[in-house]
Amino acid sequence: MPLAAAPLCLFLGRGLLPWIFATGVCWVAFVIAIALALDLSGGSVITYQMGGWAPPLGIEYRLDALSAVALLIVTGAAAAVSLYSRPSVLREIEPANHGLFYTLFLLCVTGLAGVVATGDAFNVFVFLEVASLSTYCLVALGGRKDRRALSAAYTYLVMGTIGATFFVIGVGLAYMVTGTLNMVDLAQRLPPIGDNRTVAAAFTFIAVGMGMKLAMFPLHLWLPNAYTFAPSAVSAFLAGTSTKVAVYVLIRFLFTVFGLEFDFEQFALIAVFLPLGIAAMFVASIVAIFQVDAKRMLAYSSVAQIGYMILGISLATKTGLTGAILHMGNHAIMKVALFMTMGAIMYRLGTTSIPHMAGLGRDMPWTMAAFVIGGLSLIGVPLTVGFISKWYLIQAALELGWWPIAMLIVMSSLLAVIYVWRIVEMAYLQPSPPNRQISRAPTIMLLPMWVLVLANIYFGIDASFPTTLANQAALLLLGGQP
Amino acid sequence: MSGILQDPGTIILLTMILPTIGAVLIGLTGKWPNLREAVSLLTGVVLIGLVLTLLQHVLNGGEASIELLDVMPGIPLAFEIERLGMMFAVVASVLWTVNTVYGIGYMRGNNEDNHTRFFACFAVAIGSTMGIAFAGNVFTLFVFYEILTLSTYPLVTHKGTPEAQAGGRRYLGLLMGTSIGFFLVAIIWTWAIAGTLDFELGGILAGSVDEGIVPILLALYMFGIGKAALMPFHFWLPAAMVAPTPVSAFLHAVAVVKAGVFSVLKVVVYVFGVDFLAGTGANIWLIWVASATILLASIVAMTKDNLKARLAYSTVGQLAYVVLGAAMATSLGIVGGAMQIAMHAMGKITLFMCAGAIYVAAHKTLVSELDGLGRKMPFTFAAFFIGSLSIIGLPPTGGAWSKWFLMQGSVEAGDIILIFVLMLSSVLNVAYLIPIAIRGFFAGTEFAGAQPAPVGAAVSPDAKTGGWWQNIEEAPILCVIPLCLTALGCIVLFFFVDPIAAYLNEMLVPVEAPVLPDPTPTTE
Amino acid sequence: MDTDFIIGHYNYWLVILLMMTGLYTVVSRGNYIKKIVGLNVFQTSVFMMYISMGKVSGGTAPILETGITLYSNPLPHVLILTAIVVGVATTAVGLSIVVRIHQAYGTIEEDEVNDADHRMEFGKEDLP
Repeated sequence: MPLAAAPLCLFLGRGLLPWIFATGVCWVAFVIAIALALDLSGGSVITYQMGGWAPPLGIEYRLDALSAVALLIVTGAAAAVSLYSRPSVLREIEPANHGLFYTLFLLCVTGLAGVVATGDAFNVFVFLEVASLSTYCLVALGGRKDRRALSAAYTYLVMGTIGATFFVIGVGLAYMVTGTLNMVDLAQRLPPIGDNRTVAAAFTFIAVGMGMKLAMFPLHLWLPNAYTFAPSAVSAFLAGTSTKVAVYVLIRFLFTVFGLEFDFEQFALIAVFLPLGIAAMFVASIVAIFQVDAKRMLAYSSVAQIGYMILGISLATKTGLTGAILHMGNHAIMKVALFMTMGAIMYRLGTTSIPHMAGLGRDMPWTMAAFVIGGLSLIGVPLTVGFISKWYLIQAALELGWWPIAMLIVMSSLLAVIYVWRIVEMAYLQPSPPNRQISRAPTIMLLPMWVLVLANIYFGIDASFPTTLANQAALLLLGGQP
Repeated sequence: MSGILQDPGTIILLTMILPTIGAVLIGLTGKWPNLREAVSLLTGVVLIGLVLTLLQHVLNGGEASIELLDVMPGIPLAFEIERLGMMFAVVASVLWTVNTVYGIGYMRGNNEDNHTRFFACFAVAIGSTMGIAFAGNVFTLFVFYEILTLSTYPLVTHKGTPEAQAGGRRYLGLLMGTSIGFFLVAIIWTWAIAGTLDFELGGILAGSVDEGIVPILLALYMFGIGKAALMPFHFWLPAAMVAPTPVSAFLHAVAVVKAGVFSVLKVVVYVFGVDFLAGTGANIWLIWVASATILLASIVAMTKDNLKARLAYSTVGQLAYVVLGAAMATSLGIVGGAMQIAMHAMGKITLFMCAGAIYVAAHKTLVSELDGLGRKMPFTFAAFFIGSLSIIGLPPTGGAWSKWFLMQGSVEAGDIILIFVLMLSSVLNVAYLIPIAIRGFFAGTEFAGAQPAPVGAAVSPDAKTGGWWQNIEEAPILCVIPLCLTALGCIVLFFFVDPIAAYLNEMLVPVEAPVLPDPTPTTE
Repeated sequence: MDTDFIIGHYNYWLVILLMMTGLYTVVSRGNYIKKIVGLNVFQTSVFMMYISMGKVSGGTAPILETGITLYSNPLPHVLILTAIVVGVATTAVGLSIVVRIHQAYGTIEEDEVNDADHRMEFGKEDLP
């Protein structure tokens, strides 16, 4: 279990070579996650009881195909970013804080992995807060470069805490009526209770709380600033993981715990999620088009992409859910890569404002090529991962006969063309300022970036592994208990 | 080695891999221009070799297909050869090589920048065109269609000027917009309905789809394939005129628009099925849209003074011929449409190369500036004249045959009005193309006295002072030779139409065997 | 809704009152410290809710002592112990960020910080 790595990071402190240690830990965790995912893609479930207590009382860790996807995302992003972080951290964070940075980073990874692995509703909260608290600090570390990171971190903290507290309220209410915190038990005991106001309230609190954490459209205000001003490595990691894990929790509670009938028949969830998802796709994309700062643009694009996931969830069919889960993973791959390119640009150029990128295509060819591929993936061009998940989402909409939805998905992809292309034009078609002397990004930054970019293409061409996994997860979620 | 070359499936792959390798090599040899150009040409020649090997295979009745891997369950990246794609591949690879030769001359003669990027993208573009030609299912077709769009974008914006950027933006926006906005939706819809995306003769939709949906689906496909430039999605073509002329030639003649109409034919024949489409009557609106495009584009072309813009609108009109052929949903219409791909490619590439040569040699872009230039550039203008004849559809050029088959097709479809549309369009073509050549050859002398034009002054002494060749100021030789070759090609195609017609006819054999007219020149 | 219901659920009314007070403070105050105070009140209300639902009327504390059969549910208490730790940590992080904000901006009023950011973004040409 990747959790075994968790205590290790406590000993880190101000180790001499925290970077090497952190990277090592992340890679080990990633390898374990891959092994687990291969195991789980068959549809089996692994459980582990913490402290030897039986599940209803003790805390249980359980993994199924959905958790495997999320775990892969978290550990994969962590592994790539940890390797990448060295130069960016050296440049952007005070030397005294380096040890701190890697400690926090590992804590964050632990928290996120814990959320994914746990089978206990309250435990989700605890791990979520472990992850969030370290995230707040990580974002605030960007304060050296730009003091706005501090207020961004503060806003994030307030919003995040409110979201988490909402979530706790929901869990508490659910506990009130069922007397259990174990997710499997909850799922068994909730349906008989049926139409109960407490359950409804619990559901609402959990949905809204998670909505805040995952930056669902009207609750997304914290995200752009936090992503923009955090240190580049942190942005890359956050973009790939934190919102995705929140999406995971949402899916977990919606489908495993509360169950399909409850969500959609009693609650008409679709009437809420579908418009919100679509609104996110459009509003955030349009806002992204008008951003001057490329990192902020990508942040808004994240909000839009989360809209796709919400849309996939709200369709509540096997294809739709597969699309949402796939998009979770695919978006992580491409967004981490994109934020990494931003980090490299920040490292060399000192800014990520789009007008400053003129001519970068010639000065930093590898970085910008990575950006182009990542951007194409964001648009959903064939042979990239973005295409696969959009394919599933559109197919899901068409299967239900909702072709206007399919058209909307497609139209919002076109908005992505506009914002991605602004940067491409700037980088390749504008002449570079005459007196600028910059070299290409350090190899250690390029390496993980290109691994992700190639993964982007590879899984766009041979998507059988992720699709099987996502399909399996969707089946589990819709077919009730495994 | 010979073992590998025996397997047609491998050759198919090679036709795509080779240009990619070529592109990489071009990138690597960028510092040595001669070597780089040699790589380009070598790529072209080997590519033609490969394609001809495949052609031989097909002519012998062989079939070939290769499946790479499942991108998504049930949707593989697959290739196969069939007659239509084979023809497209031959046309594209031959003209690409000719165009590369021309491109080298043009780029050098015009002192453009960034040659390496240019030729590398050029090579990637032909690779993706091969992918389109040999695609074994709609998905594969779509994938390469998009790659083609993306790889030609740097070509369109090559000059990097604000106009080039604006044109490029429009180019990308429109092509991507239609392909993702309509084409992709149509494909996924097809997948949802039929459960397969493979190309099958007779269509995959027949029998499993509600008839009310067919017109909508057809509309999504037809407008989705923005490269076919069906009005009102034709604006990218004139916008892409900002590109250097070899690119325009490439866009208009070799790959991009041809990929569009080729996709249209493929979709009509192998996704909908000719009989199915005709049976549902879903094609009626398409016939009218295509006819309207033919006539409107020709009329717009007449108003354009910029030579390339005029040719661009002419392309829009000519492409609609192919769509019209497809829309008739009769076998003769399809054959005519397919033939039009080849004939128009040959004719249009000639015209564009001429336009480019005129620009390189005399830096003229407007039709009204061409007076008398024909006497300075006789080869170019002669080629232009032949190309024009082919576009109009007059013997002795290849264009005559595609028009002939299309008219036959409209008779078969029972639409007499269509014949008038085609006739009227030919008249319009005459009106906007022939005056260009006439101006070039005759305008200068007749008004030499009235006009104090420097052209007239330069021309008048030639009778006394020396041979006529002394006044020739042709474009670089690398520009002139290719355009003469393609002009000759137009004429050659006229006389060798028989095998092509027979060849294309076999494409539809399992559906029905149309009775061919006797394809000798005397029937015209 | 009769009086018994209202009085019988007095603990929940208190919880709701606290919760709304806290949330309102977070939303309405411009001072960063006050916001954190509001956040704390908000969280406390949740702690109260958990603790009160674990109470069984007449039960004693769940300690190991023979002869006791009726005792309060210990699980919520345990949970809330964890949650309190989390809350304290959140407060600590929040306050330290406020300290940093004060160092960087010289103020802890949200409006002034936003003004300063705005000036920096649009007043000057470049970011540092």
